[in-house]
Amino acid sequence: MKKLLTAIAAGIVVLSASSAWSSDSDIITDNGGVLSLRGYEQVSDVNKSEDMKRVPRDQQLIDREYIQQPPLIPHSIRGYQVNTNANKCLSCHSFKNAGAMSATKISVTHFETREGETLSDVSPRRYFCLQCHVPQADAKPLVENTFKPVDSLQ
Amino acid sequence: MLKLLKRLWFIMKTPSSAAFGFVLFLGFAGGIIFWGGFNTGMEATNTEEFCSGCHAPIVKEIQETIHYSNRSGVRAICSDCHVPHNWTDKIVRKVQASKELVAFAMGTISTQEKFEERRAYLANREWHRMKANNSQECRNCHEFDFMDFSEQRALSVKQHSTALASGDKTCVDCHKGIAHQLPDMQGVEGW
Repeated sequence: MKKLLTAIAAGIVVLSASSAWSSDSDIITDNGGVLSLRGYEQVSDVNKSEDMKRVPRDQQLIDREYIQQPPLIPHSIRGYQVNTNANKCLSCHSFKNAGAMSATKISVTHFETREGETLSDVSPRRYFCLQCHVPQADAKPLVENTFKPVDSLQ
Repeated sequence: MLKLLKRLWFIMKTPSSAAFGFVLFLGFAGGIIFWGGFNTGMEATNTEEFCSGCHAPIVKEIQETIHYSNRSGVRAICSDCHVPHNWTDKIVRKVQASKELVAFAMGTISTQEKFEERRAYLANREWHRMKANNSQECRNCHEFDFMDFSEQRALSVKQHSTALASGDKTCVDCHKGIAHQLPDMQGVEGW
């Protein structure tokens, strides 16, 4: 009887001790006393970072500005996972799923290797969508821009 | 031991000489202590601290998702999605979870590498569980009847008003990996 009680008590102690969890989410902002080209200055002191921009959840398709421009993403992509295990973008935009999801298909150029050979699935070099395709927030231009698309795109 | 049991049986058999009200009071007090104690113990196994005792890497993952951090500050903790709220279902799940204590003792997911290796298995088990109970834990907060389609994306409206409304599909069929990193999705429907 006594042994059983001791066992139970020990079990409780072990369980409560193992449940501690550490939070290491503190943002490190100091340069750790390392001398760099800008001296011991903190980056955050000289240059305040911009506020985060809000990306609209859904917007109209955005026209291309020049011929080779990768189309822009007209929706929010918060929480989309694109890694070795899964590609959330392709779960709608792949050839296989685009029809059912009424989404734009990726172009066939995404199946080509650097040597111009066409593969049966997305080429590894084109797998990370966000390298070229990005969503658009309503950010005012920092400097004046006079760029005009060519006639065929206007 | 046997002597003790015999004495206990004797006490139980003889009518109590204490006042009726007193016996009743003892009953109530005992009930509160045992039932309350049981529930408090059960609640303790439903906290984030308890879960992260074994599943620390997975608790970290949720922090960048909408179920942890969002504009209005409403959030879900592990047990909101992984433990049924209904009492009987909850007890059933808790009893099943005793198997997981063995895994804890064996250190089945004690390192990040071991955990990554087992991720697909663990994810699949949860997907099946939620598919089987019609994503009940999603629906504890996200009630279909109160969804405002005019606030949803066009595609969401299309899918929610057809496949979801008819019961063909349930939440988890499409909404996978919303609070965790995904396992290898090769061969999973819709990926």
